[in-house]
Amino acid sequence: MSHSAKPVFSCTDVHVWIAEKEVVKGVDLAVSAGEIHAIMGPNGSGKSTLANALMGHPAYTLEGTVELSGEDVTSLSPDEKARRGMFLAFQYPVAVPGVTVASFLRAAVAAVRGTEVPVREFRKELLARMEDLEMDPAFAGRYLNDGFSGGEKKRLEILQLLMLKPRFALLDETDSGLDIDALKVVAEGIKAAASQDVGMVLVTHYQRLLNYVRPHVVHVFMDGRIVRTGGPELALELEERGYDWLETPATAGGA
Amino acid sequence: MTSTPKVADIGTDYAQRYGFHDPEEYFLRSPKGLSHEVVEAISRLKKEPEWMREFRHKALDIFLAKPMPAWGDTQMLSEINFDEITYFVRATEKQGETWDEVPENIKRTFDRLGIPEAERKFLSGVSAQYESEVVYHSVKEELTKQGVIFLDMDSGLREHEAFVREYFATVIPAADNKFSALNSAVWSGGSFIYVPKNIEVTIPLQAYFRINAERMGQFERTLIIADEGSKVHYIEGCTAPVYSTNSLHSAVVELIAKRGARIRYTTIQNWSNNIYNLVTKRAVAWEDAVVEWVDGNLGSKLTMKYPAIFLKGERAHGEVLSIAFAGPGQHQDAGAKAVHLAPNTTSKITSKSISKGTGRATYRGLVKVRKGATGCKTSVQCDALLIGEAARTDTYPTMEIAEDQVRVEHEARISKLGDEQLFYLRSRGLTDDQARLMIVNGFIEPFVKELPMEYAVELNRLIELEMEGSVG
Repeated sequence: MSHSAKPVFSCTDVHVWIAEKEVVKGVDLAVSAGEIHAIMGPNGSGKSTLANALMGHPAYTLEGTVELSGEDVTSLSPDEKARRGMFLAFQYPVAVPGVTVASFLRAAVAAVRGTEVPVREFRKELLARMEDLEMDPAFAGRYLNDGFSGGEKKRLEILQLLMLKPRFALLDETDSGLDIDALKVVAEGIKAAASQDVGMVLVTHYQRLLNYVRPHVVHVFMDGRIVRTGGPELALELEERGYDWLETPATAGGA
Repeated sequence: MTSTPKVADIGTDYAQRYGFHDPEEYFLRSPKGLSHEVVEAISRLKKEPEWMREFRHKALDIFLAKPMPAWGDTQMLSEINFDEITYFVRATEKQGETWDEVPENIKRTFDRLGIPEAERKFLSGVSAQYESEVVYHSVKEELTKQGVIFLDMDSGLREHEAFVREYFATVIPAADNKFSALNSAVWSGGSFIYVPKNIEVTIPLQAYFRINAERMGQFERTLIIADEGSKVHYIEGCTAPVYSTNSLHSAVVELIAKRGARIRYTTIQNWSNNIYNLVTKRAVAWEDAVVEWVDGNLGSKLTMKYPAIFLKGERAHGEVLSIAFAGPGQHQDAGAKAVHLAPNTTSKITSKSISKGTGRATYRGLVKVRKGATGCKTSVQCDALLIGEAARTDTYPTMEIAEDQVRVEHEARISKLGDEQLFYLRSRGLTDDQARLMIVNGFIEPFVKELPMEYAVELNRLIELEMEGSVG
């Protein structure tokens, strides 16, 4: 890895099952502070499953080891992982009617930081981050993801990333469903987080986001495995040639 | 006396048959069970006028003659033992209970809600008095200046007999249903309110201000008359659990909103879970009047309550906004009725229910538009939230529309407190309990925001208690 020191996130030999089906078939990753990794792969390759399972989604069974800053968090619940500095930006953020963005974020910030932030201070911080993301202040009073457009939802995920200040963030298809202006804003948010030493993994289908955020490391993910790892140039190659030229190790007779 | 008199026999001379002639025979606490003797004694004790005494006796006969409802939770209803109930207890006698007899879980809830000592004793029936005299005094002065009458129903009858006689039971006759008949026979306490023409009562009137224990009666009788162009908000109940060893609560509430008047009636009830809460609430709204029922039901074993609005004058508007929380073993059978009897009347019903564990919530509603009531609009929205696999909800929305020129909207939604919502919130650091509570509080938000601040805060705390350890 290009950065030094102990990784903020690592996972070793991770397998994920949905019911009886093995969807992720042995993944190793190590991400250092401030480092941006991209996991690219075709639809249905299991990228989203990996992201959700790493965060602790109850519907998935995970085997292997997951560590945050050297601490084994494999068996911890999603909230315990969040409180230890892990974050997942959802591909499909869930609506919670009746709960405003502001009150949700205040509760989340208090939970993650382990201390209540005074209302005035919290408000100031929230409005500043919303301004960074070119969000209307009225947004804070709307119900969480309730009736939001796809772009609004994704912006809100990035707002949460900036407010919760994790050590490590997984961003699951955060670029999908965004118009070009929103994509730029989201990219700025990701860069801002990285500049504050957040280690990040961007899970994406397209090269598009990577035009604005230059990853340090690119992984190609196919059929539940990382089949190739390289520098940013690998993303460009995928853009030109697609995924077909990369055979999965399974079909190549590996394992 | 035959045990089940025919309705045709009703109205014969009760005084002769059952009357007490010796004041010494009065009692402070009636024996268990219901009889004409009990009814007679209640009326005598209260020194009521002849017409009220007759009214009670007739009502008792109606009660005895009417079968139990064949709908609703007939199983739970059939378990009521009318012979085991004490139908009248004088306020001062309510101090009979001791603090030690109050169940532990109720005491714990008082603790968690931070209810002051004096109020705890009052709420649990240990004390008959709650010291709110100081607050009440200043409120009373203000009201008197405006000509507003705000009394308990018994005092109302004594001090404003002609008035009470003119309106009493005109909205809900004794024969309306079995439980309105029961209430009519043995009612005690409740509020009597009259707001004169064009008077706006700025602070919400709360039974809480009145200091006697009758407000907590089992068979309250409330009558509110808002004269033309007046405005009043009445709040009944509180979020602290009301504990009573008597298991039947059956109130009757009548509202009359005259031309251009506006009445909002807010209820939050949290009965201990041994109680049957069978209540009849109905309002009449005349021309351009507005009536709103804001109704929150928690606790109890079985609640059956369907606040109704009869829209009798043109352009009258009625709203019912309700929530019900059915915890394990509880059945909240609640809903609303809007009856459009005049043209261009409008109604809006919003019903939200939460069923947790083996809790069961039923929405039962009726919207009726009479032929000729053209230009009416009505909308009904029912949202049910289920927590846990055993939770149950049912919806029975009845629409009887006899007119073409109306707009009717109906929407029913059932949602489960789901894994995806929980995972989302938990991935932001909220514990399982915190996440569940947030989802439930969000669900009832449209109701909570209609409540005065202190009630909203209390209700949220109460929901928090109800949600504890609710892993579905």
